[in-house]
Amino acid sequence: MIEGILIGLTTALTLQNILMVMVGCFFGTIIGMLPGLGPMTAIALMIPITYGFDPATGLILMAGVYYGAVFGGSTSSILLNAPGVPGTVATSFDGYPMAQQGKAGKALAIAAWSSFAGGTLSAIYLLFMAPSLSKVSLSFRSPDYFALMILGLTAIAAFSSKGQFLKAMMMVVLGLMLASVGQDSLSDITRFTFDNMNLTDGISFVLVVMATFAMSEALTIILKRNDPTSAAKQVSLTELGSIKINKEERSKMYKTIPRSSIIGFLIGVLPGAGATIASFLAYGMERNVVNDEEKEKFGKGSVNGLSAPETANNAACSGSFVPMLTLGIPGSGTTAVMLGALLGFGVQPGPRLYMTNPEIFWSIIMSMYIGMVILLILNLPLIPYIARILAVPKNYLIPLILFFSVTGIYVMSFNNFDIYLMIGIAVVATFLRLYDFPMPPLILAFVLGGLMEENLRRSLLLSNGSWEFLWDRTLTLCILLTTILIVAWHFYKSIIRK
Amino acid sequence: MNINTTKIISLLFFIFSAFYLYTAYQIQVFAFDENAPFNARTFPIYLGYAGLFFSGLKLILPEPNTIKVDHKNLEYKKTGILIVIAIIYGATILKVGYFLTTSLFLFSSYYFLGERRWVLMFLLSFPFVAAFMYLLHGILDIYLRDPFLQSIGVMG
Repeated sequence: MIEGILIGLTTALTLQNILMVMVGCFFGTIIGMLPGLGPMTAIALMIPITYGFDPATGLILMAGVYYGAVFGGSTSSILLNAPGVPGTVATSFDGYPMAQQGKAGKALAIAAWSSFAGGTLSAIYLLFMAPSLSKVSLSFRSPDYFALMILGLTAIAAFSSKGQFLKAMMMVVLGLMLASVGQDSLSDITRFTFDNMNLTDGISFVLVVMATFAMSEALTIILKRNDPTSAAKQVSLTELGSIKINKEERSKMYKTIPRSSIIGFLIGVLPGAGATIASFLAYGMERNVVNDEEKEKFGKGSVNGLSAPETANNAACSGSFVPMLTLGIPGSGTTAVMLGALLGFGVQPGPRLYMTNPEIFWSIIMSMYIGMVILLILNLPLIPYIARILAVPKNYLIPLILFFSVTGIYVMSFNNFDIYLMIGIAVVATFLRLYDFPMPPLILAFVLGGLMEENLRRSLLLSNGSWEFLWDRTLTLCILLTTILIVAWHFYKSIIRK
Repeated sequence: MNINTTKIISLLFFIFSAFYLYTAYQIQVFAFDENAPFNARTFPIYLGYAGLFFSGLKLILPEPNTIKVDHKNLEYKKTGILIVIAIIYGATILKVGYFLTTSLFLFSSYYFLGERRWVLMFLLSFPFVAAFMYLLHGILDIYLRDPFLQSIGVMG
């Protein structure tokens, strides 16, 4: 292995490859900040460029773009409550309120350091555990995945404060219902399209997230006569962009980062799970492990609440490389695009990759770490300037948020119907938000809907329609018991409070 | 039972779930799939029942903390205008083109939100959209249909 690491370091530290990581991180950050253009688009845009390089350099460039885009997505989540990618939705829960309090620079700095730490720790895990973890990820079967989805949705308990559990569950069901619109993945039968061709492919994630977060946030601000820039007006531009993290906040991050990185990495390793479930689970877990005083701060700008999902989503990004490199199974949509590029280079991923092409395997792992360092070096000095977006007056900020939301949808589909649908969902979401119906459970359910149905289908078909698959395997049973424990704990705490 | 808006929303969700469930039962599946343990309508049917269950519970159970919204303080007029502008924007973007509709959408939104600094309003609409369009269309190679710019010969 030492030899492999040295090969990786030698390849990753060439001037050309360092330059590639820098370029990748820079462009990734910019593209990630634009709503509608997530890491997948960013990497897809890079593929034609990478074919001019050798496989290691090409993949290093794509890995840089990947991290940069994830960080860029966090920036729009924190400053505008407009998460462009599913993995950064949980970041907005505490990042956006923190930015509203005039601490935009601090929120971005916490996100940057947490991403860096999450990525670094997971690169270390990857270094030592990649080959053996591939076997673990293979042991996960459909019933386990289905149970994992149920567990992920139970994490909504983390977002539902006193008396909100049923509202959160209604939002989960609504999210799953929205995800069921369009063609059935196996039989291609259309469902809930009402003969409208525009709905055949289903509703896009970006549309739902833009409608329920960015657009409905903008409408709520106008409706409630709030001023999102009021806190920013009360502090100086220097204070708004200040990236200083005090001792107390650092000590909170020291505790949050290790546990969230483990969750993120392990979830990222599972094919199909990815950064979204990782960030939601890390957020939910963090809320459950902190003390009551800290728990009250969740959703209002908690340091732990911001650090946990940011650490986990970056750790999951690294984790998702394990099934891609060692099994040839992409862990997420983004790694699926990268897998396509890898095959285009003539490299066959699989358990023998690190023996047949050690320079590719190890240089990607080493460049991940280098990429993290470069991302931090590039982004920290820019934070004070990026944070000034919040100093833009409300009369300009709101139309600009609406503009980015509509453009994000328009460049994806080029049809009016999606814009109308987004406005319709945004109006409903604004009304629901007025009465404290939480949106995060809807988004998580929408993301997981397709996967959940797919795994339930496989499980039920294999067990010939019997629900025994839920307790047939120890792993499935353990995950389900954890879910039951979380729900029971939630109810126990509610009763204690009363 | 105390009737408040949350209960009304739950009732609407209950009716919506019932409609969803009815539609789920109407999904046409292949004849050989009709009695399969899982087909295209299985998951939606479960979802329909889940919706009825949770909204039904919300309707029946007492509300621990009622949300009170002061409707007198809500800015319905400006919100309504913004929504109408966004709908007009959506309706014209394909026919007129990205540049003109987006610029007019931004300019009119600034105006209706109370902004009157005309130069700034102009700079943050027309030149801003042009720069953004150049980034998307010119640099990132994302095609943006624009009949207006094509008609005046700016775009090929």
